[in-house]
Amino acid sequence: MMIKFGVVVFPGSNCDQDCFYVIKDVLNQPVEYIWHKETKISGFDCIVLPGGFSYGDYLRTGAVARFSPVMNAVKEFAEKGGLVIGICNGFQILLEAGLLPGAMLRNKNLRFICENVCLRVEKNNTSFTNLYAKKQVLKIPIAHNEGNYYLDKNSLEELKRNQQVVFRYCSASGEINEKYNPNGAIDNIAGIINKQGNVLGMMPHPERSAEKALGSEDGLFIFKSIVKFTQKR
Amino acid sequence: MLEAEIYITLKKVVSDPQGLTIKHALESMGYQKVIKDLRIGKLISIKLEVNDKNKAEKLVNEMCKKLLANPIIEDYKFRLKEIK
Repeated sequence: MMIKFGVVVFPGSNCDQDCFYVIKDVLNQPVEYIWHKETKISGFDCIVLPGGFSYGDYLRTGAVARFSPVMNAVKEFAEKGGLVIGICNGFQILLEAGLLPGAMLRNKNLRFICENVCLRVEKNNTSFTNLYAKKQVLKIPIAHNEGNYYLDKNSLEELKRNQQVVFRYCSASGEINEKYNPNGAIDNIAGIINKQGNVLGMMPHPERSAEKALGSEDGLFIFKSIVKFTQKR
Repeated sequence: MLEAEIYITLKKVVSDPQGLTIKHALESMGYQKVIKDLRIGKLISIKLEVNDKNKAEKLVNEMCKKLLANPIIEDYKFRLKEIK
């Protein structure tokens, strides 16, 4: 069974083609672009909100994109249980849209960070991570200026209580420590999932680590997990 | 006509690395004894086709809540002034 992906393109998206390529040519699944002006989306199993600089990051990252017409359709899709993954700017848009809790601040060191990081899989019983082992350490790159994830203390406790933290920044051996936190994100959080388990947001770029030639194919298993989950559905 | 001057700042509990960097810069210039705190924010000014202050206040509050400020990390305040 083929799993159909849709990659949303906002003005300023720049990882849309990478996602499209990985899904089509590495994962061998059907994929279509969805222009942000679309008001209806149908026939998709998974929607990808890709990285980039939608609307030039004006005002706040993702703040303007969340009002793109397509976002109403994405919300409806998510409410019906459709799988949505937001990568980098896509994660920021999901936060601004209220599909995931919290907000992004500028990186603690005020620099744009583009490097490989280590991530620990904190939750592997999700639609997006079912092919990883729990506590598996992944090598996936980040590339962002606003990845300093923040939410207030009570909301953080709730997030942890509900086991919504999916990825944390860690050392190569999986140790979680402020030393291995590239951007200042609260509790080393790199990726979270909603309570219902069908919307994932992550700052690292799995589409940039989906082939051995790129130094790591750890990210490919997120896409493969989505396929496995959907085929079993 | 009314003009709204909207000030958006990071909440006190949120760290402001940009503000901190500027504070350090001023301190290294010799102002270390006079600066207690420094925060950076945004100023947005909107000229409104509205003359009624109550109505303008309601509209600006709406705009701030919907788009201009993110209540998780930011506070906002604004003032309205008459313009010609």
